[in-house]
Amino acid sequence: MTNGEWTPRIVAFFCNWCTYTAADLAGVSRLKYAANVRIIRVMCSGRVDPQFILEAFAKGADGVLIGGCHPNDCHYSEGNYKMLRRFQLLRRMLPEMGIENDRLRLEWISAAEGEKVKWAINDMVEKVQALGSLGMPGRFQDWDQEMKSLEQKMTTPEEKEVAYAH
Amino acid sequence: MDNNNEIRIGFYICHCGSNIAGMVDVADVAQYVEKLPGVALSRHYKYMCSDPGQELIQQDIKDHKLNRVVVASCSPLLHEHTFRQATEKGGLNPFFFHMVNIREHDSWVHTDRQAATEKAKALASAAIQRVAYHKPLEMKKVPIHPDVLVVGGGIAGIHAALTLANAGKKVYLVERDPTIGGHMARFDKTFPTLDCAACILTPKMSAVGSNPNITLWSYSEVAEVKGYVGNYKVTVRRKPRYVHEDLCVGCQECIKACVYKEPKFPDEFNEGLGKRKPIYIPFPQATPQVVLIDPETCLQLKLGKCKQTCVAACADRQAIDFHQKEELKQIDVGTIILATGFKTFDAKRLAAYGYGVHQNVYTALEVERLVNASGPTGGEVVLRDGQKPKAIGIIHCVGSRDEKTNRWCSRVCCMYSLKLAHLLKEHSDPATEIYNFYIDMRTPGKGYDEFYDKLLDEGVHFIRGRVGEVTDWAFTPEEEGKLVMRVEDTLAGYVRRIPVDMVVLATGLEPHTDAQAVRRMFNMSCGSEGFFLERHPKLAPVSTFTDGVFIAGCCQGPKDIPDTVAQAGAAAAEAMALIDKKYIEQEPNTAFVDETDCSGCKSCVPLCPYSAISFVEDKKKAVINEALCKGCGTCVAACPSGSIHQNLFEDEEIFKEIEGVLAYD
Amino acid sequence: MKYAYYPGCSLRGTGRAYEESLLPVFKALGVEWQEIEDWNCCGATAYMAVDEVKSCVLAARNLAIAEKAGYSDIVAPCSACYLVLNKARHYVEESKAIANTVRRALKTANLTYNCKVKVRHPLDVLVNDVGLDRIKKRVTRPLRELKVVPYYGCQIVRPYSTFDDQANPTAMDRLLNALGAELVYYPLKTRCCGGSLTGTLPEPGLLCTYILLKEAIKRQADVMSTCCSLCQFNLDAYRDKIAAKWEPVEIPVVFFSQLMGLAFGLPAEQIGLQRGFAPMKPLPAPGVAA
Repeated sequence: MTNGEWTPRIVAFFCNWCTYTAADLAGVSRLKYAANVRIIRVMCSGRVDPQFILEAFAKGADGVLIGGCHPNDCHYSEGNYKMLRRFQLLRRMLPEMGIENDRLRLEWISAAEGEKVKWAINDMVEKVQALGSLGMPGRFQDWDQEMKSLEQKMTTPEEKEVAYAH
Repeated sequence: MDNNNEIRIGFYICHCGSNIAGMVDVADVAQYVEKLPGVALSRHYKYMCSDPGQELIQQDIKDHKLNRVVVASCSPLLHEHTFRQATEKGGLNPFFFHMVNIREHDSWVHTDRQAATEKAKALASAAIQRVAYHKPLEMKKVPIHPDVLVVGGGIAGIHAALTLANAGKKVYLVERDPTIGGHMARFDKTFPTLDCAACILTPKMSAVGSNPNITLWSYSEVAEVKGYVGNYKVTVRRKPRYVHEDLCVGCQECIKACVYKEPKFPDEFNEGLGKRKPIYIPFPQATPQVVLIDPETCLQLKLGKCKQTCVAACADRQAIDFHQKEELKQIDVGTIILATGFKTFDAKRLAAYGYGVHQNVYTALEVERLVNASGPTGGEVVLRDGQKPKAIGIIHCVGSRDEKTNRWCSRVCCMYSLKLAHLLKEHSDPATEIYNFYIDMRTPGKGYDEFYDKLLDEGVHFIRGRVGEVTDWAFTPEEEGKLVMRVEDTLAGYVRRIPVDMVVLATGLEPHTDAQAVRRMFNMSCGSEGFFLERHPKLAPVSTFTDGVFIAGCCQGPKDIPDTVAQAGAAAAEAMALIDKKYIEQEPNTAFVDETDCSGCKSCVPLCPYSAISFVEDKKKAVINEALCKGCGTCVAACPSGSIHQNLFEDEEIFKEIEGVLAYD
Repeated sequence: MKYAYYPGCSLRGTGRAYEESLLPVFKALGVEWQEIEDWNCCGATAYMAVDEVKSCVLAARNLAIAEKAGYSDIVAPCSACYLVLNKARHYVEESKAIANTVRRALKTANLTYNCKVKVRHPLDVLVNDVGLDRIKKRVTRPLRELKVVPYYGCQIVRPYSTFDDQANPTAMDRLLNALGAELVYYPLKTRCCGGSLTGTLPEPGLLCTYILLKEAIKRQADVMSTCCSLCQFNLDAYRDKIAAKWEPVEIPVVFFSQLMGLAFGLPAEQIGLQRGFAPMKPLPAPGVAA
């Protein structure tokens, strides 16, 4: 958090060959973009396990950005397509968990597209900023609390019926 | 993680002069990291990649019994290797090292010092958490096939092939056109020395033709590339020339004998300014010295009806074969050099200059042929309308430094425009006026600016301004029948109309139209302008992101002949370094199956693009062939039981990294 | 699709022949349009130069009216209107400050503008939406013996080239070609017609006009075809002054839509052909005499 104003925290998974290199290019070109994104390098966007994405949200990320090579350009032929498939499935699932679609983003960024890294990050930060904090760790705490109180109620015999009716 | 030993991490944050320290409070980050669990020592230092920086790591490993090392500095693509070596020299397995990118991904891209420092802390914290889980690994060794494929037979490909062949390496040189020589073979003279292009190029061309280590396949294209560094399997398509290369002796009797008594069809080598017959040789010094038949214009091939006087002339040599078919050749090579060159900007795209509308507007390459003694006019400057020009205008930067077409400077046009100005003056009436219209004169190079001075003395006019249009509408009687060049003379400060008889367009250099298809075939990247992307613009200018594939010459970006030859030599040396080492070390980032957890579901098997995963029927388990695995990790992410692991990118390592980047608020 | 139609002042004044020919041509091709209600002056280029922001508000009001009525495209035949409306759209899109001022101003009139309406030139609509094939099919009197100079003027391609090449626009060339006309190579197709200079600094303004007319005659054209009501007026209306200063330049200057009307067999007086100062020679039979 900077100057007291809330800013989102975004975890990015960038593939080694295209998007990570593009982010290096953005650096070498001294482009300026929002400081909210933390980049984790993987060899291929195909390595991004849906669990990584869920884990990032669970641990407090407000958004997750995945960067891979353009279709047809994957260093490993087709890892990016595998990521696209998982991404489509996740996009169907996440809203049901209360995670808005704009919080998960997949971008094809080639090694030459430093400008696109800048744009994707700034655009994503702006959109997630508008959505506000996701606060999964806090929600987990609330749910744990709720579960605990329900369990307590269920173990108290006279309130058992109420608990079931609920 | 080794449970017997306590984790002792050494953390180093680099100032990189002021590159990092100017935007990130490095002392603050070091202080923060010092308190993280497992950190035995945390330092900041001016230049970690310097010798003292690396020695610091080595000494600390010994003095402080470190067993993990984290360096926060530039991109791992730049210095990961350096610090792994330092870690190894300190006595640790090099993979007990992890690198944090706080320059390209942090200090260089942010403007708020506090936010940049916080980001550095988060990234450092992730690395600290992750590195504890690192395992000792060994580099993978892949043997290198000693043969080399060179694609493109311009001066770059020729020089690379000869360098390799002279060192005793076997080279396949594949050229798309019927002859090698590329663009250089069509130039008249070369700047700034004005030595004749053919005189310096053709000896090298014939050296290629006669070198026993070089297999020259002209009129051929690479059709498919499979495999990886050290072991590429390449398919080359040999287009039919309808003449057997091994039987043709280059006597050219067949050309004389052709039923077309006079050359009738536009001659590609002369940019269509001259004519050729359906059976032809591109130019006298073509290599190989073998004729070919153009199926589009040959009566026998087109209509199936001809007296076949060429066959009669060839007589018992029987080199002509109208039934010749395309041939596919398979070769094994260990390394590849791409020297596929460039194409010149299509001048028709700039309608204002009237190329293709006004017949006396020429491209520079056409003028090269026009002033060439062996060109279509025998070196006489005669226009398409048969006139000799009395005034000539040369427009610089056509398709260069222009937001509407190409933004880049093509680097050679100023110099070749000067050269053409000189040659046109030499080949025309001494009273001929020559105007150069330029934006900026760019003459950096040995002897280049001196050449510019010489041209100024020769009385060539230089007008600073981008020409607005070349038009045939006359405003005054003197302009009637002329081409009028409208330009704002930015030094004189007014708009001028200059009537000329001939306009030369100094067209820029562009990537080939099929550059994207070619780069895909070789699994490379292109820059935004479409030229092949080098691994590092300064430190790895001829390497690509694909190991074992090198680039040289204008396919990487516009450059002149000296630079092209230097790059070709560099690419040859890079290939040789691999060949002579006999193997290449590769990241051990391969995947492996933990058989105890594998349920035998086979989900992973079809996912692998390299067919590295197979299913062992008797054990009902998947197994990964390490030699085939390229380390993408797609199978790891897809395994439902979590039984596939990837070295360097283990699940727990990434989970820890996620936790780490989010741990710092 | 129905287009919002913005005539602007000139199509009701000096450029009346443009509207008189364009609307019947639209009708013949089945293009539906509706004039937007209560439209106001686009501000033209002059107001833009005086106060950019206020002129944007003025132009944006028209776009907001079209947007409110649910249109996705607004057709502005006059090149000046076309340019100014486009410019307003660009400014609102690209500058938050201008967008805010425009929004505030429009709000007082209960209007909003969200950059949803696209500004279209009739040439764009005819060539790209209707298509040359449909136009060709509608031609009953091909203009085979007519040598036409396609003249575009400046504002349709500069500074925005939304549907055509900036240096060498070809939409009208292709359209005239579809009508069967013979095109004359005319390198001055986007050169200045003199514009508003004829009113303020007549000397250089008239010279511009003269050059265009003289060059068209020199290239043996029968007629000049324009797509801008201001160009048409400039080229047509100052012939006496040009004749007094240089030489007579008698070549008819018509709108492309008038040539379309001719090719579609519409009667000459119904497409405003009687309004030009230099009359077009009647087309020889067969077909409709002009």
